[in-house]
Amino acid sequence: MSNAENVLSPEYKEALKTLLFQLADDDFLLSFRGSEWLGLAPHIEEDVASSSISQDTMGHAAMYYKLLEDLGEGNADALAHARPAEERKNSVLAERVNGEGYYLETPEYDWAYAVVRNFFYAQAKKVKIDSLRTSSYQPLAETAVKVSMELYYHLMHWKLWFTQLLSSTDEAKRRMNNAIELVMKDFGDIFSYGNAKDAIEKEGLIAKEEELKANWTERMKPVFESLGMEVPAIPAASEKNGRNGEHTEDLTEALTTLSEVYRLDPAAAW
Amino acid sequence: MTNLALAATEEEKMERFMEKIEKGIKIEADDWMPEEYRTTLIKLISMHGMSEIMGALPEKEWVPKAPSLHRKLGIMAKVQDEMGHGQLLLRVAEDLLKPYGKTRGDLMQDLFTGKLKFHNVFHAETRTWGDAGLIGWLVDGAAIITQTDMLNASYGPYARALHRICAEEVFHAQHGEAIIMALAEGTDEQRAMIQDALNRWWNSLLVFFGPAAKETLGTSKQDVTIKYKIRTKTNEQLRQDFFTKYVPRILSLGLELPDKTMHYNEEKEVWVYQEPDWSELKAVARNEGARSQARLNLRRTSYQTNAWVRDALAATIS
Repeated sequence: MSNAENVLSPEYKEALKTLLFQLADDDFLLSFRGSEWLGLAPHIEEDVASSSISQDTMGHAAMYYKLLEDLGEGNADALAHARPAEERKNSVLAERVNGEGYYLETPEYDWAYAVVRNFFYAQAKKVKIDSLRTSSYQPLAETAVKVSMELYYHLMHWKLWFTQLLSSTDEAKRRMNNAIELVMKDFGDIFSYGNAKDAIEKEGLIAKEEELKANWTERMKPVFESLGMEVPAIPAASEKNGRNGEHTEDLTEALTTLSEVYRLDPAAAW
Repeated sequence: MTNLALAATEEEKMERFMEKIEKGIKIEADDWMPEEYRTTLIKLISMHGMSEIMGALPEKEWVPKAPSLHRKLGIMAKVQDEMGHGQLLLRVAEDLLKPYGKTRGDLMQDLFTGKLKFHNVFHAETRTWGDAGLIGWLVDGAAIITQTDMLNASYGPYARALHRICAEEVFHAQHGEAIIMALAEGTDEQRAMIQDALNRWWNSLLVFFGPAAKETLGTSKQDVTIKYKIRTKTNEQLRQDFFTKYVPRILSLGLELPDKTMHYNEEKEVWVYQEPDWSELKAVARNEGARSQARLNLRRTSYQTNAWVRDALAATIS
């Protein structure tokens, strides 16, 4: 498959764009949630570290939106800020709030949820990125190589938190196990391509859903075994499939916040 | 030490200490230092460190809302730097606190009880994206001026931290200036946004440098910090430097100075300006600024909410 935009078949291009929206929206929303944590992490060193991860993640989203811009989908900032909830293709997990309360008031965010969500997500992202390195769409394969370099550190960071908190106090274990349950409830659409499954899988853009799921479980196994735990099963499906534009109120609220200034004047330069 | 002949008296130690200060030899964490020097440094550096951490909060309010991918990335990096500065400075303060058996946790408690202050500019509310730009541009700009004055501070660990911090602050001021320039070149609404921000922040910016004389508020640390060569310039000199650097830039962007009486007296070579309202400083010292309690509460709540994490980490280390 050649990469010049004008020679991509319409079917290929459609499948590619859908996949790119899924990747972009996932990182964009999760990074937004990370930015709400800014200044509130358990200690200052962690604030610096996780903020750095959120920045990387926003950078990854920006690269995917740029690929979409290059495919003629419109301006990357508009793609990030102006699309309504029903057009978003991120997983439900990425849009979930960090815990109780709005970030501008006095939120009580849950660090256990942050650790589990980020660790499970980073591992899922890792198996996708590993597959994308050999994507049939060369610009995406090149992006995957760049993302991969940073993702290595994200995964290491969250894995350390995950194992430390699960090997510590009873309270930490209880909170972490609750968080695992919460995160897994939303894990059904993480590896889903939604209605575009057949189209995406046949174009050699990325591995099949089932293969990615198996890889995720395989990579998680040693971590869970070292803690005397079993890797939780990935649900076959979730109540809502974000890949098909099915979302929670959390996303609507997130979009209102993250586009507040942008919407004052979408035509203006900011 | 029992041999009195060999033991240096306090006066001799003080004499040697002042000799080092005069010669420009750096004082290090383990060196002998007079109590007054140590307590002055603790107060200065812990306030500076905590101000970086509390100062992340007003800007953080605009991080999720930044209006483009580029701006989101920029302001995330900027606020992260501030937290990093806070960490660097608290490490310096922690070393100085050692003889008193105090830790970072104690500093945090002092912040919550109001014993440890944070800079006046971080008690103010942020109303628009214009404020996010203005903080980077002028608040960081003001901070660069006071901190650059201390780059050669007699206390080595602080001076070295400031070298790193100032290098990053220059980027912050550029980041802020870029936001402001985009707004200045934008729509009428965008220009109004920055003029409004400037009007609201002006008093705080002037107050930031502290009173010219201790008579204004009854106290001032500037004499002690100059004596020990922690800083070189007075509050008023620093405020004048700020005007010299920023008044022309404010005007060149087509903005109006909030102080209509302000002018440069060529003969005396000073900026003549309307005295700011110092009651603001008294109010924030009591944590009674517009957002003092809200921000302290945010930090206090997150500190309590995350207590189990610190306990869990302590348990895995021991």
